[in-house]
Amino acid sequence: MRGDLAALEVLRPRRLAEALAALADSDRPCPIAGGTDLYVALNEGRAPARRFLDLSRLDELTGLETTPSGLRLGARTTYTELRASRLVRRRAPVLAEMAASVGAIAIQNRGTLGGSLGNASPASDPAPVLLALDAAVELAARDGRRVVRRRVPLDRFFIGYRETAARPDELIVAVLLPSSALEGWRYAYRKVGTRRAQAISKVVAAVGLELGARPRRIAAARIAYGSMAPTPVRARAAEAALAGRAPTSAAGRAAARALLAEDLHPIDDLRSSADYRALVAGRLLESLLGALGGFRPGLDD
Amino acid sequence: MKLRLEVNGRPRSADVPPMKRLLDVLRDDLRLTGTKEGCGEGECGACAVLLDGELVNSCLVPACQADRRAVTTVEGLAAPDGSLHPVQQAFWEKGGAQCGICTPGMLVAAVALVERARRPSDAEIREWLAGNLCRCTGYVKIVEAVAAAARARRPGAGARRPKRVKR
Repeated sequence: MRGDLAALEVLRPRRLAEALAALADSDRPCPIAGGTDLYVALNEGRAPARRFLDLSRLDELTGLETTPSGLRLGARTTYTELRASRLVRRRAPVLAEMAASVGAIAIQNRGTLGGSLGNASPASDPAPVLLALDAAVELAARDGRRVVRRRVPLDRFFIGYRETAARPDELIVAVLLPSSALEGWRYAYRKVGTRRAQAISKVVAAVGLELGARPRRIAAARIAYGSMAPTPVRARAAEAALAGRAPTSAAGRAAARALLAEDLHPIDDLRSSADYRALVAGRLLESLLGALGGFRPGLDD
Repeated sequence: MKLRLEVNGRPRSADVPPMKRLLDVLRDDLRLTGTKEGCGEGECGACAVLLDGELVNSCLVPACQADRRAVTTVEGLAAPDGSLHPVQQAFWEKGGAQCGICTPGMLVAAVALVERARRPSDAEIREWLAGNLCRCTGYVKIVEAVAAAARARRPGAGARRPKRVKR
């Protein structure tokens, strides 16, 4: 057996309150859900902790449901569940599309939304789509005997490289999608990796547009990228450049593309180069806007 | 921890550290060495098994999460009398194996697919097997084998269709 996994301890609570009590302890365990990221580290001998908190028996972290304010996706929702869910395919089909781009079937069966967000990789596949969907993260913690919950908008959740706004005693319990982002908005997503499956992205992009009916103008846009900054990131300057433009406006696209550099700070690493990433990020924006606006952008640049 | 699980239809137990990989429990504790270790990071699929019927990479699953669940490994695909699973039979007939290291994972992944999809397209087969790497680069025969196995499993596939005779 690789590493020194024999020495690792695990707690396996059945109730959220017990799990949160363990996180409030000074000898704080590291949460594990599907293990698809964690076991890569463990197998390389990089154990992030000595004690772990197995979330696999917490039913309170499962389920996809409609709420008065939108959709609530339990933190343990797997990519396979997102792909299979009628609710998701009807109300946020871009999430099912994203889920199909993660790893391959065996990874999709195990990897969870909460796991990816908690892991906070800048190359997360779900994070850009969830940023475009204006998602929030529901966090829970123990306060004495009570369980207290708070919502953090995803665009304020990633605060640094693999660093989140969650306190060490807080657990991600759900991902919340507001109705305001589900009705009247259209989304497109694209991941660029070395191959279609089992790839960590070189660039991943998601675009959401709210289109006014008449005249057909972009009322608002949300654009988000992965693998283009130390965290998954919104491209706010580009978003602002699109507002009020026709979705087919070449000038609007060019303005937005030129402003991507305000928010994107790609680096050279083993998966790609900064130059390639910047070029592809721009082309992805054009192609996703094209898909949403119903035209084919030229590929002359 | 005292791990109890059902492996290939039989109840088994083992005293193992809870974070030990399911892969190592199968190979070291239960002596089921058909499941292979390739990359140890969920990329190659050599360690694929079914956990409650779902395809997983056993190098990424802690033993504790397999407690009181059913595991199917390559050893459990053939019938107790030794007759091959239609997927194994098809790999045999179509030449869907070269060096053999990826084969147990390929078989397990393919079984998971043909048990779900009656008529998988080539694209679906390729998507389903995208997490299983063959470095002999023999994917074409593997895809053909899976398609043949799916055909063989369809109702009435064994029976010979009466030939229509033109009069």
